[in-house]
Amino acid sequence: MESTTLLPLIGIPIVVAGFALRFNPLLVVTVAGLSTGLAVGMDFGTLLETFGEKFVNSRTLATFLLILPIIGLLEHYGLKERAQAWISSIASATSARILMLYFIVREGTAALGLIYLGGQAQTVRPLLAPMAEGAAVNMYGEDLPQHIRDKIKAHAAACDNIAVFFGEDIFIAFGAVLLMDAFLKENGIANIEPLHIGLWAIPTALSALVIHMFRLTRLDASIRRDVEAWKATQTDSPKVHA
Amino acid sequence: MSTLITINRIYYLIGIIVMVLVAMTLRDKGNPKRLTTALFWFLFGAVFLFGDLLVDSLGKSMAYRVIGATVIIISLIAGTGLLSMGSYATSSHEERVASSKRLGNWLFFPAVLIPVVTVACTVLLKGVSVGGMFLLDQKQLTLAALCVACVCALIAGWVLTRGSPLQAVRQSRRLVDSIGWAAILPLMLAMLGGVFVAAKTGTSVQQVVSLFVNPDNRFLVVVIYCVGMALFTMVMGNAFAAFPVMSAGIALPFLILGHHADPAPLVAIGMYSGYCGTLMTPMAANYNIVPAALLELKNKYQVIKVQIPTALTLLTVNVFLMYFLAFR
Repeated sequence: MESTTLLPLIGIPIVVAGFALRFNPLLVVTVAGLSTGLAVGMDFGTLLETFGEKFVNSRTLATFLLILPIIGLLEHYGLKERAQAWISSIASATSARILMLYFIVREGTAALGLIYLGGQAQTVRPLLAPMAEGAAVNMYGEDLPQHIRDKIKAHAAACDNIAVFFGEDIFIAFGAVLLMDAFLKENGIANIEPLHIGLWAIPTALSALVIHMFRLTRLDASIRRDVEAWKATQTDSPKVHA
Repeated sequence: MSTLITINRIYYLIGIIVMVLVAMTLRDKGNPKRLTTALFWFLFGAVFLFGDLLVDSLGKSMAYRVIGATVIIISLIAGTGLLSMGSYATSSHEERVASSKRLGNWLFFPAVLIPVVTVACTVLLKGVSVGGMFLLDQKQLTLAALCVACVCALIAGWVLTRGSPLQAVRQSRRLVDSIGWAAILPLMLAMLGGVFVAAKTGTSVQQVVSLFVNPDNRFLVVVIYCVGMALFTMVMGNAFAAFPVMSAGIALPFLILGHHADPAPLVAIGMYSGYCGTLMTPMAANYNIVPAALLELKNKYQVIKVQIPTALTLLTVNVFLMYFLAFR
């Protein structure tokens, strides 16, 4: 194989190496883009133009900045504290049950196209994570250590991601489905409708639901084990220092 | 027909908010790198405020070059570690508990308003025009609706807490600073994807695969497509960017033309295999790194760590689903 066929791939090892060496990702991506463009012989001006055009056209990706002020304001006035107090009034609420309920609602609504019904900034930080954390605090007390709180919060973020990713492609007007449809049409495959692509997303969507639900059924027990392990170190440590 | 709330006007709003944050950062003596942090966000905000203006006055080619150069400066500021957190006036835990007792469950109201108004506007204002003017951008309907919802929620929060919108932006600065460069990574990856398409990376992938894999082995090619989608998505941070490269490189020549696979399940499951990669990569910053910052997790990779078992199991399931559903 000629070496010129490998040149367009040069960006891939740069991204992998840059990340492994813990350089700042913005810098890594810029270097990978510049190297790939220059390697295949684009002139620098055209390359800059591609950079600028793509950046300008993907500004929608920054719209979550609009949500932060209202969340910041509500949190300043005790939104998280309220969410936790509310959960503690529901005796049967556990971290895992709250996350499971959220997962099902989120995947179901995403499949109907209601993608903005949730999200990391608008639901996970102000509501879901404090509620899941509040349920655990309710069960194990206010002194619940940070690493267990972090684990619960990370699960809340994961629930939102997984539920929305694998729900959204069922909805035929979603960007990914339209992108696949456009790809097939561009390549001369004309007899496929977005509806078909949406239907064939269902088996994976159901598998994601089953797999993640199974993991969540074990979460409460896993939190209990973490708490017990932590309590064991708490009772041990004074002896060490004595 | 003209439109009241266009996507470009939403960009101006974002630009204005970012510029207010820049002014606050400049005045923040508690931030050791306030000048460079402010410059980073100023350049970012400038693309939102003046991007369209530049295109109108300089023409597309020149304007995009200027913005491309700006983006490189932005990445240099972040890459050389010139961003830092500032100091922020926040309420104490006791104050927040007291205020949450006073306001009760009404505190949820503005937060719930965001999704409810977004959905309501998306459904009710589609195609609605008043006096020959569309109310919302019809091409970016949900985004325009989200913007309306944020403004509604902000007004509701303003009335409820008697705090001002400016105070809201002030409170959001800590969130924005803790997210930092990760807020811009998705836009940069879109940029890298554009370069890859221009460089015809997909053709190279196809040549490399045909060199090492026997294209007659249907199952193996399915594995390569699914795992390749996941891996390339991890590099690109985005399944949308990986999809055209891997599908043109592997799915189309080997599976659709070579083995007569049914295209609909093939691409649907292929894209979902990419999503499994999205769950496992820090490059998908707005899903994996931004939430870790938003939730103030000590380990910024913890969300990824939690997602890996589901992602790997699902990727395996996808390989078999594709093998059995695309070749019935």
